[in-house]
Amino acid sequence: MTPARLASPEALSQLRAQLTRRRREGEKIVSVCAGTGCLACGCEDVLTTLRAEIAKAGLEDEVEIKVTGCPGPCEWGPLMTIYPEKIFYVKVAPRDVDLIVDKTLKHGEIVERLVYKDPVTGQRYAHEDKIPFFTKQMRLLIGNNNLIDPTSIHDYIALGGYQALAKALTQMEPEGIIAEIKKSGLRGRGGGGYPTGRKWASCRNTEGDPKYVICNADEGDPGAFMDRSLLEGNPHSVIEGMIIGACAIGSHDGFVYVRNEYPLAEKNLGIAVAAAREYGLLGKNILGSGFDFDIRISRGGGAFVCGESTALMASLEGRVGEPRAKYVHTVEAGLWDKPSNLNNVETWANVPLIIERGADWYAKIGTEKSKGTKVFALTGKVNNTGLVEVPMGIPLREILYDIGGGVRGGKRFKAVQTGGPSGGTLTVSDGNGSGNGDAVSHLDLPVDFDELSRVGSMMGSGGMIVMDEDACMVDVARYFLNFLQEESCGKCVPCREGIRLMLEILNRITRGEGRVEDIDLLEQMSQVIIDTSLCQLGGSAPNPVLSTLRYFRDEYLAHIEDHRCPAGVCSDLVSHAITEACNGCHLCVQSCPSTAITGSPKELHAIKQIECIQCGACYQVCKNGAVKRVKRGEGEAVQSRARVAWQPREKAQPAVTA
Amino acid sequence: MTSVPGFDHLIDQKVAAIVGRYEAQPTALIMVLQDIQRSFRYLPEEALHLVARRMQLPLSRVYSVATYYRAFSLNPKGRHHVCVCTGTACHVRGARQIVEKLERDLRIKPGETTPDMEYSLDTVNCLGACALGPLVLADDMYYGNMTNADVDRMLKRLSKSDKEHRAAKEAA
Repeated sequence: MTPARLASPEALSQLRAQLTRRRREGEKIVSVCAGTGCLACGCEDVLTTLRAEIAKAGLEDEVEIKVTGCPGPCEWGPLMTIYPEKIFYVKVAPRDVDLIVDKTLKHGEIVERLVYKDPVTGQRYAHEDKIPFFTKQMRLLIGNNNLIDPTSIHDYIALGGYQALAKALTQMEPEGIIAEIKKSGLRGRGGGGYPTGRKWASCRNTEGDPKYVICNADEGDPGAFMDRSLLEGNPHSVIEGMIIGACAIGSHDGFVYVRNEYPLAEKNLGIAVAAAREYGLLGKNILGSGFDFDIRISRGGGAFVCGESTALMASLEGRVGEPRAKYVHTVEAGLWDKPSNLNNVETWANVPLIIERGADWYAKIGTEKSKGTKVFALTGKVNNTGLVEVPMGIPLREILYDIGGGVRGGKRFKAVQTGGPSGGTLTVSDGNGSGNGDAVSHLDLPVDFDELSRVGSMMGSGGMIVMDEDACMVDVARYFLNFLQEESCGKCVPCREGIRLMLEILNRITRGEGRVEDIDLLEQMSQVIIDTSLCQLGGSAPNPVLSTLRYFRDEYLAHIEDHRCPAGVCSDLVSHAITEACNGCHLCVQSCPSTAITGSPKELHAIKQIECIQCGACYQVCKNGAVKRVKRGEGEAVQSRARVAWQPREKAQPAVTA
Repeated sequence: MTSVPGFDHLIDQKVAAIVGRYEAQPTALIMVLQDIQRSFRYLPEEALHLVARRMQLPLSRVYSVATYYRAFSLNPKGRHHVCVCTGTACHVRGARQIVEKLERDLRIKPGETTPDMEYSLDTVNCLGACALGPLVLADDMYYGNMTNADVDRMLKRLSKSDKEHRAAKEAA
């Protein structure tokens, strides 16, 4: 089909009808995820083999291969979904492909060993729509990711894409669009949670020409990757949202500021923008409505602070990305001092949904003050990691257990960090006594903007990092301060010097040189930094320290008073020791970089305490949990006890057969 | 590096092409510098002068941008770029141990390059593949769920690619 400019909404509908007709009933589609996560798992080799095998089997005309964006569970990659049955294969290797072609594509049988197995119950689920990880979610934004080839505008249009735009351009007035967004209750997904409709209205009502709309795709929060997945997997939804927004605000120029670290997102977005232009969905006289709008893509330079609106705009102008004081809001004077409306990727992607299905439908999802869904990047020590999209207000427990599948490796949950470096840490004891002592647990906290702020964290862009008993909360706080210290632009003193000084104190504590008065000092400094910093990087920088002090104060005290790191993370306070659980497998000897481990195979091993550099390599490789991280100086005592208690394994009972 | 004959000329040509690609728009300064960084794996001093001249910007402005953003390096980088993700998710899954392992094996700290110009080690805030942490990006290849043993395998693969490259060169 030759690309033709769509001159009217009717032309768009015709094209859609044409495309859906061409999709035959029951057509076989094999969709393979080629998002960054699956690329890291080697999906390219799988795709090459798949193409070759399908050609060899002569199925080219019957089976369509679709290279898609990320459906969410990155760790199971490479992922493959076979439609129309929705058979879902995980961890597909190139050598599995001929079996898939032979059994599934030719005969409709399922290859059992490639099917997802629930890590807790052991039950196998062959179909995408049966896997609890998916069924417990509400996937309005990312649900289409494995149905769409992001480089094909046809896929998006066939699924109803750009219908919302057609509706907004022909059936609604700009004020009507803003009213609809206001009514929907949509709030900014970048972190602040500012009502989107209100922002649009102020930008529209400000005098000035030209006006700009900007998409913030500088997803700098470490641990969050929903914006990357949306841009990689469904870029047209973001573009459509931006066009609708521009129409409402009265802007003709749009910018997308993409992180330098996301080459694939930039590439797919670039292809999408070019295609939209070709079809007359960007450029002059969009869909024959007389409205002009175009989008330029700008690459970031790798500075965290550029996620802040004023810094981002400075960077877009080609300058150093330093924020400025916001006495005058960017909706009045932003990019080149013109009225500028900046929203995050996920916010823009919500807009077409609201316009198409209506504000009333949207406002039914979520809680009173937080509407719609939120995509979280669930990572860390849960069984099922990846992107999860849930309605606002869902209890944290459901995310961690029903979707996340509980904690990994039989350990215990300890904390969940949300909101990235500006956010805070929640405590999640699972009732078995997680060592926090007190009874505070946020497991049943409804997750939305206001509840997270109330308990000292924040929504942020949606990173949700789960930690188990192996995580040290002082170390986590130190990690974030170290991050922020490096990323502070240095313009204002409280942030530049304050964070550095707080980090010095935390470093001291993790070395076992902390003083009891340090805790008060940290709290006082936090308040000063919050009150006096120029932008939100500094203004929220102490949050990780304050929230860990609030919920894990005893861990700080253990470091300061007992010179002990309860989790065994802070290497200056830890000794590694081998206990009687050792079966003499010798793996630790091979992994040790400083030849500090002695022992013959099948004998008890021991770590020469004086030569150990506390790198943790042995702890990582030991399959028996025999390597323990104990208080500094107590390693030898543990090993002496092990020498007494240890028994050789040769006479071990033969495995009981079921 | 600037002593290589013809290097100045090469820089001049490349800078002219890159600046031309963005029509010398001052707003494109960051992207111009990124493209130069990609071509040379760093920003040669000469290139900064040329960018300033061709884009009609003060050198101070070019220099401030070149030193502000993490994406840029004023020092030459090694042939292999090993970049460890130290995002939060990677951190809680042991990214620090991977960094320390690479520091020991390559005998350099993050931000440094081996004296033979073979390897550069860097850390990055987040690569956005958090579910696969700890993650390493080496020569545009992602390596997920890294352990110390995987680092050995990865380094072997990188040095093997060198040998193949050399063999192919000799054969040609």
